[in-house]
Amino acid sequence: MSHHDVPYLAPKDNIWQTIMSWVVTYDHKKIGVMYLCAVLLMFFLGGVFALALRMELWEPHKTVMVDEAGEVVAIAGTPEGTAALEAGATTEERGRFFPNIELITGERNDDGSFKTEPITGNNIYNRSFTLHGTIMVFLFIIPSVPAALGNIFLPIMLGAKDVAFPRLNLASWYVYIFGGIFALWSLLQGGVETGWTFYTPYSSTTNWGDVTAMVLAAFILGFSSIFTGMNFIVTVHKLRVPGMGWFDMPLFVWAIYATAIIQVLATPVLGITLLMIVFERLFQIGIFDPALGGDPVLYQHFFWFYSHPAVYIMILPGFGIVSELLSVHCRKKIFGYKAIAFSSIAIAAISFLVWAHHMFTAASPAANVVFSALTFLVAIPTAIKVFNWVSTMYKASIVWNTPMLYSAFFLFCFTIGGLTGPPLATLSTDIHLHDTYFVVAHFHYVMMGGTVLAFIGGMHHWWPKFTGKMYNEFWASVAGWIVFVGFNVTFFIQFFMGTQGMPRRYATYLEHFELMHQISTFGSWLLGIGFMIHLLVFVQSLVSGRKAGANPWGGLTLEWYAESPPLEHNFEHEPVLTHGPYDYDTVVPPHVDPEEYPLPDQDEVQRVHGTH
Amino acid sequence: MTAVDTQHGDKRELLPYEAYVPGHHWRNAEDEAEGAKLGMWLFLSTEVLLFAGFFCAYAAFRLMYPENWHSASAYYLNWKIGAANTVVLLLSSFTIVLAIRAAQQGRRGMIMINLIITQICALFFLVVKIGWEYIPKIEKGKLPGAWFSYSPHGGEHAAVEAGQTIMPAAAAVAENGVAFVPGAHDHIFLSVYWISTATHGFHVFVGVLVIFWAMWKTAKFHYGPNHYTSLENIGLYWHLVDVIWIFLFPLLYLV
Repeated sequence: MSHHDVPYLAPKDNIWQTIMSWVVTYDHKKIGVMYLCAVLLMFFLGGVFALALRMELWEPHKTVMVDEAGEVVAIAGTPEGTAALEAGATTEERGRFFPNIELITGERNDDGSFKTEPITGNNIYNRSFTLHGTIMVFLFIIPSVPAALGNIFLPIMLGAKDVAFPRLNLASWYVYIFGGIFALWSLLQGGVETGWTFYTPYSSTTNWGDVTAMVLAAFILGFSSIFTGMNFIVTVHKLRVPGMGWFDMPLFVWAIYATAIIQVLATPVLGITLLMIVFERLFQIGIFDPALGGDPVLYQHFFWFYSHPAVYIMILPGFGIVSELLSVHCRKKIFGYKAIAFSSIAIAAISFLVWAHHMFTAASPAANVVFSALTFLVAIPTAIKVFNWVSTMYKASIVWNTPMLYSAFFLFCFTIGGLTGPPLATLSTDIHLHDTYFVVAHFHYVMMGGTVLAFIGGMHHWWPKFTGKMYNEFWASVAGWIVFVGFNVTFFIQFFMGTQGMPRRYATYLEHFELMHQISTFGSWLLGIGFMIHLLVFVQSLVSGRKAGANPWGGLTLEWYAESPPLEHNFEHEPVLTHGPYDYDTVVPPHVDPEEYPLPDQDEVQRVHGTH
Repeated sequence: MTAVDTQHGDKRELLPYEAYVPGHHWRNAEDEAEGAKLGMWLFLSTEVLLFAGFFCAYAAFRLMYPENWHSASAYYLNWKIGAANTVVLLLSSFTIVLAIRAAQQGRRGMIMINLIITQICALFFLVVKIGWEYIPKIEKGKLPGAWFSYSPHGGEHAAVEAGQTIMPAAAAVAENGVAFVPGAHDHIFLSVYWISTATHGFHVFVGVLVIFWAMWKTAKFHYGPNHYTSLENIGLYWHLVDVIWIFLFPLLYLV
């Protein structure tokens, strides 16, 4: 047995070799698993900030993120507190949330040290939502599906031994970690409060926290994203197994391919934009600074030219996952294969033409009309996908396990997220809804209700394949329902808050929003509980899960031909392609008992579909 | 690696390019070379989009301050220096193609000679850029944004300016020691000039490093008729650096 015929997870002779077999690996599966661990850690960190800021919004006045002034008054009211104040021991009492941190104002004292200001509850809140956004966008959701699940499964689905550039793949992971360290450094310096969008001139002039480090972090993370994208495009072009044409590829691969195109073409623009902010901060070049004759709206154009396509970097892989999950767990050929494949490419193309719809209140009216019209175009390929998915479920033999459950949750939440897009694309309604909780709810229904739910569904779907262990179906489903209910309780109410004028990013609000904010905060606790149960289910599976067979769901794509977990070179022999990825009505899936997976009555198939 | 040289029948050590085997996940060396080239083109597209950011900033500010843009370009930049750098970059693009051609023909000496000429051109570009443009500009305060401190008042500055190629009227004014009135947004023009040429200069510098690496690979017999992928990719990169300069030069120096 050569050393390439062992499962990729098999430990080496000693612990040192095992560690080295991970940290310097060129194996796409190991790199994918390392990405998965890193993004899940970031998801946890971003989630903690989300729970903290929802907690702060429990009441309109300060809840957990208190002012120093409030603290001092409280302390001064007690004999111990008065004594402490007189003794000058106030720093320890400052800010319960981030103790001992003061804001550097940029002005200097006589002795040359920076003047500091005490932290107030409001700017702790500002930091929390900024860090929640920055971590979730740049460190979690963008790499989540492509770099983690895509890395593990894209080459196997194509029948390849690895991605095109394995060394670049490993480099992308280290670049990601390096960028993450910059972000963490910024966090330890007190964080940033610019919002994840880093709008100028505030981001280029504020001296509170370490904006330069955070912006550099996002710049560095862009490289990791570009490396991954380049790798996947070349892999799809050059490493498909012989006989696999473009329309024999699984739809997950199509989606990752479309994503990779956006990653390669949009990320450099973000790179240069963020670099200009760094120049702005270090050299005061004035390009975005109105005080020097620069133009802050130019920044918004640059930023959204990347960040709108980036929205599709986040959602397209989710679409790909749902296409796989629905077909496998409905045991039915996907409806409208080419329509789904091409709509991914169409979304990638349109994504570059709609950036100014984030700026309806900043850009010129004539441009707004054009961008509003172009934005409506996005609805067409997206709706094509949703209709095809629903049609796939029609008259299917659906197995309601956790991946299928999540696919259904995805369809429900994503459709709400999609349908609340047109009111924001319509100029007259957007002027009212702009920067309100309606926008917050809309993009959480798309990003979280879409991508995150699809990601968790995909995690369960492929978990047996890449870990070789089954998870506990009952508890995973329970957690899934808690997440689904928690998600809708948290965010559905925010549509109403938004239409009633509750602005986003405010630490306080009018009294009559209190009940709605409390419902939303309550939902966030359910979400936290649901995700914790998922984590426990995964840990239990790793520790004492039942061993998974090679094809527990009866899938037809090539990864189900491989062992669970796959061998180091994925397949014992290069697989031979004998059928399409979704031919459930004519092919018995590999590694399964034909008794358990009887083929459908061909006459019935003919009657329902007309052809097969 | 020892193997029989089938062409000449005698047993000898195969040269590294002859003994080259593609990565384990590639079906053959052609696929690998094509994949590497496709990857390089994708990387070049990211570079084009990166510089597109500068060109957009350039366009936006030129539309905002058109007249100031013209006067600042003529006053602060010397087109002769820019033209000299354009010529050397074009020449170097030609010689790197000759190096690739030499690799296809298996003429190792010619690869090396052409790479050396390319390298001399690249270093010439950087020396001129830094020594004749950046350092004098820094000394005279022709700096971007808030750091802009240039003042043509005072004999010292006026005397230095006389050496510059500037619009005739302005030159006459400066030579007579009368204050030359710069536009209100000269510092923004210089910001665009500095960030775009410095980023381009950084790319030239990276080019110098990878060309040194290619020279080392040439010396070690890594390039030959059946294997010269990285040399070709370095050539592609170098052409891009050249093309970007060909856009930057007229836009900044010849407005």
